[in-house]
Amino acid sequence: MPAMNIIQALNSAMDVLLERDPDVVIFGEDAGYFGGVFKATDKLQDKYGLDRVFDTPINEAAIAGMAVGMAAKGLKPIAEIQFADYIFPAIDQIVSEMSRIRYRSAGQFTAGCVVRAPWGGGIRGGQTHSMSPEAFFTHVPGLQVVVPSNPYDAKGLLIAALESGDPVIFFEPKRIYNGPFDGVPDTPLKSWAKHAKGEVPEGHYTVELGKAEVVREGEACTVLAYGTLVHVAQAAAEASGIDAEIIDLKTLAPYDIETIAQSVNKTGRVVVAQEAPRTSGFAAELAAQIQEECFYALEAPIFRLTGWDIPYPHAHEWAYFPTRDRFARAMKTVTEA
Amino acid sequence: MSNGQSRFHVPTPPYRPGDEPDFTHLDLQKAGAAPRPDPAVGWEETRDLATGLVGVLDHNHQAVGAWNPELSAEVLREGLSHMVLTRIYDERMLKLQRQGKMSFYMKSTGEEAVAVAAAMALKPTDMVFPSYRQQGILFARGRNIVDMMCHCISNSRDNLKGRQLPVHYTWAEGSFFTISGNLGTQFPQAAGYAMACAYKGEDQIAASWIGDGTTAEGDFHAGLTLASTYRAPVIFNVVNNQWAISSNQNIARGDAPTFAAKGLGYGLASIRADGNDFLAVYAATQWAAERARQGKGATLLELFTYRGDAHSTSDDPTKYRPKTEFDRWPLGDPIERLKQHLIGKDEWDEDRHAKLEEQMTALVVKSYKEAESHGTLHEGPLSPTESIFEDVYAKPDWRLRRQRQDLGV
Repeated sequence: MPAMNIIQALNSAMDVLLERDPDVVIFGEDAGYFGGVFKATDKLQDKYGLDRVFDTPINEAAIAGMAVGMAAKGLKPIAEIQFADYIFPAIDQIVSEMSRIRYRSAGQFTAGCVVRAPWGGGIRGGQTHSMSPEAFFTHVPGLQVVVPSNPYDAKGLLIAALESGDPVIFFEPKRIYNGPFDGVPDTPLKSWAKHAKGEVPEGHYTVELGKAEVVREGEACTVLAYGTLVHVAQAAAEASGIDAEIIDLKTLAPYDIETIAQSVNKTGRVVVAQEAPRTSGFAAELAAQIQEECFYALEAPIFRLTGWDIPYPHAHEWAYFPTRDRFARAMKTVTEA
Repeated sequence: MSNGQSRFHVPTPPYRPGDEPDFTHLDLQKAGAAPRPDPAVGWEETRDLATGLVGVLDHNHQAVGAWNPELSAEVLREGLSHMVLTRIYDERMLKLQRQGKMSFYMKSTGEEAVAVAAAMALKPTDMVFPSYRQQGILFARGRNIVDMMCHCISNSRDNLKGRQLPVHYTWAEGSFFTISGNLGTQFPQAAGYAMACAYKGEDQIAASWIGDGTTAEGDFHAGLTLASTYRAPVIFNVVNNQWAISSNQNIARGDAPTFAAKGLGYGLASIRADGNDFLAVYAATQWAAERARQGKGATLLELFTYRGDAHSTSDDPTKYRPKTEFDRWPLGDPIERLKQHLIGKDEWDEDRHAKLEEQMTALVVKSYKEAESHGTLHEGPLSPTESIFEDVYAKPDWRLRRQRQDLGV
């Protein structure tokens, strides 16, 4: 199987989708001829034509609204928002419209589509290119929210997302587009070529939405992570020697409560991690659900390892980011409690 | 500032409660005066139409000028009938709301032509993305009145399972998109839908309606930008009924000469038409539809009209505008004008009109009885409680399954 990075895997997913189904269309700012600022749609316009992969005006509400209208007519749109930080102009179209078309029409109309957006920090992007706004969307009934952590999943989840028939907010951890990240600032970039999940089949396959994966089995504690932090957590377990069980959530809405509960019931100690600011973040939802589900198995308070309640900083990025060392301290805290 | 002075310009309506409204300042172009260019012309050719007023019925109720769609008396009577039904339905529903039979209602009094004439000028399969004041489209497209009422009283036969406020209809079978209460969202959606029609190589087009106030929303700009960029086969209607709840149209229009004129900046064909003139609305819609089907792109139509009644049952317009405004409205009442036109052609008379009103009233009364037999909001039966968990997704996930159990249904 070919080695791909996440960008190549996403490109391959969209290639497969365009090839298989004439109703698939892809659009976004700079997504056409130029292939997107991160090149996720590279060469797809050339291959499939102007009306299947095209540039849009810089208007995220227009992009999301157009996706809703196209989906209502039976097309299967994949819309790119250039950075997750720029999704907010589209919030009314996503939160009040896209998510509710099936519900408010009692199934007469649907709005199956995918909204892709590069997401998260660790790239020196400052406050306007580093956000992790997933909790704004996990809070919305009717949306599914997906965050892949590797090339294999990125492709399989994107295909599954579009084929689900319901709207999916697909957040792509841009820090690991080109290689996994161990959470140690300024370490040289590693390649996906040496990672098992960097092997990506060329054709069609899916990774099931709503299913998490235990990426490291362990006994000492459970770590719940998604996106870039899956790799940081793994690096922390290796560096600290703490035998953590690490779960890659992959889908945040709906999240895989079964896999989570099974692990927590085994370890009794939990770290929930997110890059986003702490208050009302997705980690809070996980912590609340775990205490409802596994209260009597818990041996220690659930530890929320998060960004701080500040806008994402530029120069002090690594003071904000949940680094490998912060992970190791969090694991130590819950295992020693 | 209590002395009426303002340090920056805050538009105010021409008249407030107690004033004697006089609309002579509007200086409206006379019916028949506007030229009718070919629907395939460049948008530049519509400049004068955007600031003028396309009208067909003159002050003597004669059809005049280049925009006369030359409709048969039969079609005109059909239009009249739909408009009369719309008004009687609205009146009845208002009464029923006042009796506590439904939570909320929104009438379209005075704006019946805007919806009915447009629907009749479109093909029945053209997808409409209305706002909440175009119920006339449903009558023109032949929707079952009992079904409409069942929705409004949220009973067991509400096709929306009690999920939407009354008048927020959805009717896929009649190519009627699901109405949103969030303003303006339907414009970019209609553009996207229209693009998908073009993509699929179909003759179908899309049409959408918003009010004058909603033109201030970002989605107005989003929709027009999309339509202009991709030459989407869509018709954007701005129903300028002068009032956005209590705010006069000038709060949204600002110093732009008309709402239609806003379309010119986007390079869209733009026309202002007399929204109380059935023939003008029909003709302008027909022109825009033909333009769209020829691949020449979108049209912005401003329908100049007057909201004859309250914004909704939660509104009291006597608090902010003179009670006599609708009577003094220079463009009259769309039903009366079409009626007089038909009478002038010897194709209608007062007796027939009275009979039509009786028939429609009887139909509405009878339909309501039937609708009520399927339940009402307060007395039930409603859609099954467990249905609140349906249609959030194609299949409910564990969260919804558990929450349904928690509710015990």
